[in-house]
Amino acid sequence: MQLEARNVSFRYRRKKWLFRDINLTVQPGEVVGLAGPSGCGKTTLARILAGYEKPSNGTVLFNDAPLPKTGYHPIQLVFQHPEKAINPKWPMKAVLEEAGNLDVELLERLGIQENWLQRWPNELSGGELQRFCIARALGPGTQFLIADEMTTMLDTITQAQIWHGVMDIVRNRNIGIIIISHDTVLLKRLVSRYIDFPLLNKDKVSY
Amino acid sequence: MSSMMKMVKFSIQPFISLNGRQRSFMTLVIVSLLLLCVILGGLVLSNERIATDLGNRNLGPSLAHPFGTDWLGRDMLTRTLKGLTLSIGVGLTAAAASVTIALILGMLAATMGKVVDSIISWLVDLFLSVPHLVMLMLISFALGGGIKGVVIGLALTHWPSLTRVIRAEVMQLRSAEYVEVSKRLGKSRWFIGRKHLFPHVAPQLMVGLFLLFPHAILHEAAITFIGMGLSPHQPAIGIILSESMRYLSTEMWWLAIFPGLSLLLVVRSFDIIGEHLRSRLDPHRAHD
Repeated sequence: MQLEARNVSFRYRRKKWLFRDINLTVQPGEVVGLAGPSGCGKTTLARILAGYEKPSNGTVLFNDAPLPKTGYHPIQLVFQHPEKAINPKWPMKAVLEEAGNLDVELLERLGIQENWLQRWPNELSGGELQRFCIARALGPGTQFLIADEMTTMLDTITQAQIWHGVMDIVRNRNIGIIIISHDTVLLKRLVSRYIDFPLLNKDKVSY
Repeated sequence: MSSMMKMVKFSIQPFISLNGRQRSFMTLVIVSLLLLCVILGGLVLSNERIATDLGNRNLGPSLAHPFGTDWLGRDMLTRTLKGLTLSIGVGLTAAAASVTIALILGMLAATMGKVVDSIISWLVDLFLSVPHLVMLMLISFALGGGIKGVVIGLALTHWPSLTRVIRAEVMQLRSAEYVEVSKRLGKSRWFIGRKHLFPHVAPQLMVGLFLLFPHAILHEAAITFIGMGLSPHQPAIGIILSESMRYLSTEMWWLAIFPGLSLLLVVRSFDIIGEHLRSRLDPHRAHD
């Protein structure tokens, strides 16, 4: 059930390489922290792993097989800005149902209140919307979760609440998670393995 | 809109103290009532009033015949209302068909890849480069005229500009994060098109329908006027206008003036509805 990036390289068109020969393996249930300066390619790697982008070279393997091209993607990504990731013309209930789940326990752990489901996206705050995005990304088919600056724009209390809930769920379901963040304090609290992205890139070390 | 329509400018602003939205609403109500009257009049008035009545021929406007009568003694008011009703029917059908074509082609162009996009864009440019009326004449003539020919001709000539709008709109939407997320959640193109993209272009379609409508009516009248549209037996505005041409020199001015003005009124009404809908439904233009 592992997620493996094998010699993944990426560049935009013919510009210089953003990163080359990245090797990274994440086991189910593992919590991996990924840090590095802005623009070093963390988000691009996350998008490649979640199937949003194709690597210029190399492959991403899930269970030693290439990622599925269609159907529910087992690796889900949560973005930094929830208001962009939710269709403003959809009621919140439909947003959740898009992932195919309305697991009450999951919603409870993420602190989603039942009356929020009847509302529209513009009637909820950023933190509330982000909880919905996380719930959607944790649909029944999800095996790995990538949190790309997932709580950066939220206040500390909300951050703590959300991460408590997410870590609970992830532990219970044995989901592997990659946390991308600039917040080293947060990473140290959460992760079992810490990766400095520039090192991963420059020295072509396998972790 | 064509310059002809700009000449007649009705600004219905009954109460100065109303805010923009209330004024829009009032305008829409008044204009809709007017159109309703026209349509009801066309449907309710009996055909006896447009039967040949040689005893009452060539009468000027009077209380019994507000728009006068023609050289066969037919009541011009009834003819005009019936003609307008027919025009509205034809225009509505054609505009709806055009909007449907624009929706399908616009969505396909924006979502089905570069080849489809360039083919559709080429088609749009092709249709826009030929004047509507020429294309309309060709299509209508090829289909043998009549209502079928006119409706199909109108539908096939009025879609390009709206297609462009929808294509651009969808292009912008399809790279939205929520659309990409939807793809990774295993949703099909059909689902994404229907549930994510369509709700965003629906207001454009509504506005497009009402702005295409006056175009369609005017073109219908024009092609009928030339004699390549509806058949002379139908009480169409184009027919009335082309027939009255022959009598203009004999001082029977009412034959052309009233039907022509009514046509302008109806066209301008739909134009007003479209403009108001656009400024209310399209947030980017809401402050115009």
